[in-house]
Amino acid sequence: MDIRHRNNVTVTGRADGPVVLLAHGFGCDQNMWRMVVPALAEEYRVVLFDYVGSGRSDSSAWSEQRYSSLAGYAQDVLDVCQELDLRDVAFVGHSVSAMVGVLAAAKEPERFSRLVMVAPSPRYIDEDGYRGGFSAEDINELLESLDSNYLGWSAAMAPVIMGNPDRPELGAELTASFCAADPDKARVFASTTFLTDSRADLRTVTVPTLVLECAHDVIAPREVGAYVHAAIPGSRLVTLNATGHCPQLSAPEATAQAITAFLGGSR
Amino acid sequence: MCRTGALPDPDEEQDVDTTDAAFTALLEDSAEELYEQAPCGYLSTLMDGTIAKINTTLLDWLGLSRRRVVGRMRFTDLLTMGSKLYHETHYAPLLQMKGHVNGIAMELRAAEGARLPVLVTSKVKTSADGEPLLVRTTVFDASDRRAYETELLRGRQAAEQARRQAEADRERLQEALAVLQQSLLPTALPVIPGLETASHYHTASPDLLGGDFYDLFPLDDARWGFFLGDVCGKGPQAAAVTSLTRYTLRAAALHNPDPVEVLTTLNTVLSQRYSSGDTRYCTAIYGTLERRDDGFAVDLASGGHPLALVRRADGGAEYLPTPGGMLIGIMPRAKFTPASTMLVPGDTLLLYTDGLTEARIGPRRELYGDDALRAFATAQPSATGPQALVTALTALLDSFGDGLDDDTALLALGAPALAPAGGGPA
Repeated sequence: MDIRHRNNVTVTGRADGPVVLLAHGFGCDQNMWRMVVPALAEEYRVVLFDYVGSGRSDSSAWSEQRYSSLAGYAQDVLDVCQELDLRDVAFVGHSVSAMVGVLAAAKEPERFSRLVMVAPSPRYIDEDGYRGGFSAEDINELLESLDSNYLGWSAAMAPVIMGNPDRPELGAELTASFCAADPDKARVFASTTFLTDSRADLRTVTVPTLVLECAHDVIAPREVGAYVHAAIPGSRLVTLNATGHCPQLSAPEATAQAITAFLGGSR
Repeated sequence: MCRTGALPDPDEEQDVDTTDAAFTALLEDSAEELYEQAPCGYLSTLMDGTIAKINTTLLDWLGLSRRRVVGRMRFTDLLTMGSKLYHETHYAPLLQMKGHVNGIAMELRAAEGARLPVLVTSKVKTSADGEPLLVRTTVFDASDRRAYETELLRGRQAAEQARRQAEADRERLQEALAVLQQSLLPTALPVIPGLETASHYHTASPDLLGGDFYDLFPLDDARWGFFLGDVCGKGPQAAAVTSLTRYTLRAAALHNPDPVEVLTTLNTVLSQRYSSGDTRYCTAIYGTLERRDDGFAVDLASGGHPLALVRRADGGAEYLPTPGGMLIGIMPRAKFTPASTMLVPGDTLLLYTDGLTEARIGPRRELYGDDALRAFATAQPSATGPQALVTALTALLDSFGDGLDDDTALLALGAPALAPAGGGPA
């Protein structure tokens, strides 16, 4: 299995710099990071990839069983680390990937030196004594939303080609429609993202950790950021004056600066 | 409609005046009114989502006052929870990266707790130096469209479900057919001292029961009955006749093993069935093997079946002629032709169905034919016995590929060759 091809691995930045591994969340692919990569690339060796089932990964490697649990996505991270023989990795995970990073670091702690959790949430659904911001019904609505946007007319969301590996000439169009995804795989990723309860895993974190949240984020509200911060002793919490769930897009300079400050400062 | 420098035709003058009047009336519709009363929702938001401007149409759909919305609410506040999640994970990132997003399905929290399915399109307005300033968004009512799409989606899901069910059914059916097919053939040929036996059954289609059959069974201590045949057609009806044929042959042979008598009994049974409306007949060779001091005596009879082939110990091969044998089961009285031969050590008797000789070969798809089969048997190495012959024929059948479109049964019986004097392995 060629992991570089399978996970569409991209390596950029300073070849001899410390490694920063950027992991995208649900809904898009490694393109999510493109506005912060230039700032990181000056000092770091930046590794990007797509989870199997997202972006330009090899979708033939996808299986519902593996990608129905966050452990499957964590294995993608570890596979990439192993393939590139990465050590002392600063893992930067957006959204659900923040928790994927926690799982990967728990499994192979020797590989990871830092954890940056961008807009993390270990549990999206409200429970007694915990407020994640959503009900199970809300998550079902999202799944319906996914379905209704994959019907075909919404070109931005529907994949231009669906599982057509024997027509590589369509590859260019696929690039143009980034963030498009195979609906069945996206549905599994959505369910896994929003229905998993990873709160207990926060206790396994031992590396220096930055929790990077946005001031106004409906997906990961501030009380969730505070929860994560409190659950990881010694973690640092930085609140960006940004709106939405994707500060690497809405506030790229501030996001890159917070990451480099943390990585440089704790070195 | 566009007036050019050309002179108008005087006859059209009046029509043009009327059209102009209609246009003028339209132009009194101010830009503001066009915006406020447009048949779609309009809104403009700051880059953080705060609503800066919104038209009356959209406010009416939402059941909200301008005062409560402008400067106080973000676009996501207008959405249902599911759409809010979708907006944050898909719409906002796309908009930020591409500067525009077209026709995404979302749901608004409309007046009085209703949900309004909409299609949303946004474009970022940038300053002269490319700085994003605000987002302009249009919102179209998509209630009818969404209802239609929900139906489509349901249809697609139902079709997918039906496809899975059909596949499962087909698998079950194939399993049942395989079991049934096996029941028409002996699970193993009996072990007969001094006799080597081999058989092969090639199934042309896993979806269709074939009509070929064969068997080998004891008659008494020194005699055995054998047969191989082919019921016309395929499928369950053919299989039913195959089953009837097989048990009739075995029972008839126990009563009187004379080959012509056995086939005559089968003909009577099948022709009674034939006259009842199911016009199925078969071809078959039935015979007996009797142990002798120097090998096995073969007596057989054929009803319309391809000739039995005997490969002799010296490597030569010959057909056993049974001229004039009639198809079994069509006429109430039928004539079957007997033949006899002796199998000495090294001889092999081969029975087969016409799938083998009627296979199409080569680019011109010619019949494989009797001559080619005899040549094939002759060309085998000198020590070839029943098992080796069937193995070679199985490879031959495989080599036919799609030229072999019928089921094919093979049955080979023979006395093993004697070890060369003084030369055999210890």
